Amino acid sequence: MIRLREVTRCFHLGEQRVMGLDAVDLEVAAGEYLSVMGPSGSGKSTLLNVLGLLDAPDAGEYWLNSEPTAGLDEVRRAALRSRHIGFVFQSYHLIPRLTALENIELPMLLAGIEPGERRRRSAELVERLSLGDRVAHRPAELSGGQRQRVAIARAMVMRPALLLADEPTGNLDSHSGAEVVELLEELNGEGLTLLVVTHDVALGARAPRTLRMLDGRIIADSAQGGAA
Amino acid sequence: MRAADAVALWFGALRGHRSRSLMLLLAIGIGVLAVILLTGLVEGARSFVLDEFSLLGRNTLIVLPGRKETTGAVPPLTGLAPRDLTLQDAQAVARLPAVRRVAPLQAGLIEVSSAGRSREAFVLGTSRSFFALRQLDVSQGQMLPELPLEQAEAVCVIGTTLRRELFGSRPALGEWLRAGDRRFRVIGILEERGESLGMDFAELLVIPVASAQALFNREGLFRLFAEVRGPAQLEPGKRQILALIKERHEGEEDVTLISQDSMLAAFDDILGALGLALAGIAAVSLLVAGVLIMNVTWIAVSQRTGEIGLLKALGATPAQVRLLFVGEAGLLALAGGLAGLALGELLLWLARLLWDLPLAAPAWARAGALLLAFGVALLFAWLPASRAARLEPVAALRPPGAR
Repeated sequence: MIRLREVTRCFHLGEQRVMGLDAVDLEVAAGEYLSVMGPSGSGKSTLLNVLGLLDAPDAGEYWLNSEPTAGLDEVRRAALRSRHIGFVFQSYHLIPRLTALENIELPMLLAGIEPGERRRRSAELVERLSLGDRVAHRPAELSGGQRQRVAIARAMVMRPALLLADEPTGNLDSHSGAEVVELLEELNGEGLTLLVVTHDVALGARAPRTLRMLDGRIIADSAQGGAA
Repeated sequence: MRAADAVALWFGALRGHRSRSLMLLLAIGIGVLAVILLTGLVEGARSFVLDEFSLLGRNTLIVLPGRKETTGAVPPLTGLAPRDLTLQDAQAVARLPAVRRVAPLQAGLIEVSSAGRSREAFVLGTSRSFFALRQLDVSQGQMLPELPLEQAEAVCVIGTTLRRELFGSRPALGEWLRAGDRRFRVIGILEERGESLGMDFAELLVIPVASAQALFNREGLFRLFAEVRGPAQLEPGKRQILALIKERHEGEEDVTLISQDSMLAAFDDILGALGLALAGIAAVSLLVAGVLIMNVTWIAVSQRTGEIGLLKALGATPAQVRLLFVGEAGLLALAGGLAGLALGELLLWLARLLWDLPLAAPAWARAGALLLAFGVALLFAWLPASRAARLEPVAALRPPGAR
């Protein structure tokens, strides 16, 4: 599913050079559920962005579904994101002027899927995520848990193989947070590869495989039993 | 992305940012409105002038005493004033082969009174041919009688305003009125025709030319209207008249000939240039609207970086992001342009209704204003939209505080 080899990404903060990712190697099989933990600035988000093709590494190679992604232009990367990757963000990133349903359908709109198919797919997810009576509402009229469920529906509507979640419960109370996590895990149970970036130790510990990051390096990978 | 979906997104974005949309709508609307109104006014003035001069008739020449054309040469220091145009000149012109009829004109202001009411009136001394020449008719009574030009007669035809002011509700036909030191019997009332060539027919007192010469004690004619026998006779007519006057005026070609075509051409040139200039000024307001579009689109792009990042994360290509922002601007320009056009047409229509002026924006101005508004919007939105398209998705997604 995912293969990184010596992926490096560095940023310049004034004079200082910060290693977002420092020669990271990583392999993730299809259907895996892993969490990425580590302090702020350890490179978790950079890893997520690189995996999500939102950011391009300075060096190293990244294969997604055995396809090399290095050197792809923005159009091809957008197409890969559209077909293979779903995102869930801490602050939901719903478009406030669109209704929940319109937000869910947005990726299909961008992909040019015709309205009949769009309705079928979104109805399926709305049903499954029990958003039935809320779909005509705008995000401002929804609770945090509902918003995050809408965001998950939006991430799943293109039927991606990989779901990247950045602090998906960070803005939620424990009850809605637990609901969201259960939902994500349920999807993982159906074969979706799930990668969760979090500060939350309890959430991180739920994943069968946990990565710990520090200074742009993966310092622990539970799949390899300790330090990498 | 399907076209219908793109349009739906544009509309959604415009509705979602109401005040911004309204502001741009207004700017573009005013720009288009300015183009429509200004070109409408000029076009109205133009067709007004054209109509006025068309009333003169294609076959009519106006002969003015004196050489009005400027030539390069130093004027001869003869010390002689131009010779008057006389009734004999008029009669001679009337006998030319190319000329069908001639109406001499003597004119002046004089005090007119009847039964205690008096006012100043514009007196026109002419002949019966004048009525045919200017396609003028009477609504009551008759026109001036067919007379030898040098014969005076104490009759007059008056305009409707003059009739009302001198006679009120009393019948005027057959009544006498006093003009200066002479009395004239009213034999006809001119039909309503409004102003033509700066002459308000409703205010006129028309008398035989010889009577006017006596009234003003002046021999020389104000001008001469000559109608040629057909369009083909216009040039020969001009030549013959000039040759005749030269012969009669001791070798001096001391008259000026004006034809409808020459006047029309002059006015058409002036008003055409004026129209273009005003359309240009109005177009500048559209450019200003364009700059506003650019600024507001810049702001929109900055405010909506999060949305742009999200769209990219959801698989939007740079071209799609650009299309969204450019499309919004284009849609606004179209809507604002149409609104401005509709308002402009409405105002012109009201003006036509209220003042009976032929005000109408020409088709090129309507189409041009819309196209310009649209083009300017696309052009000026392109830059900020391209910036949005180039934004790194990861940079765009970062919350503002972390940037």
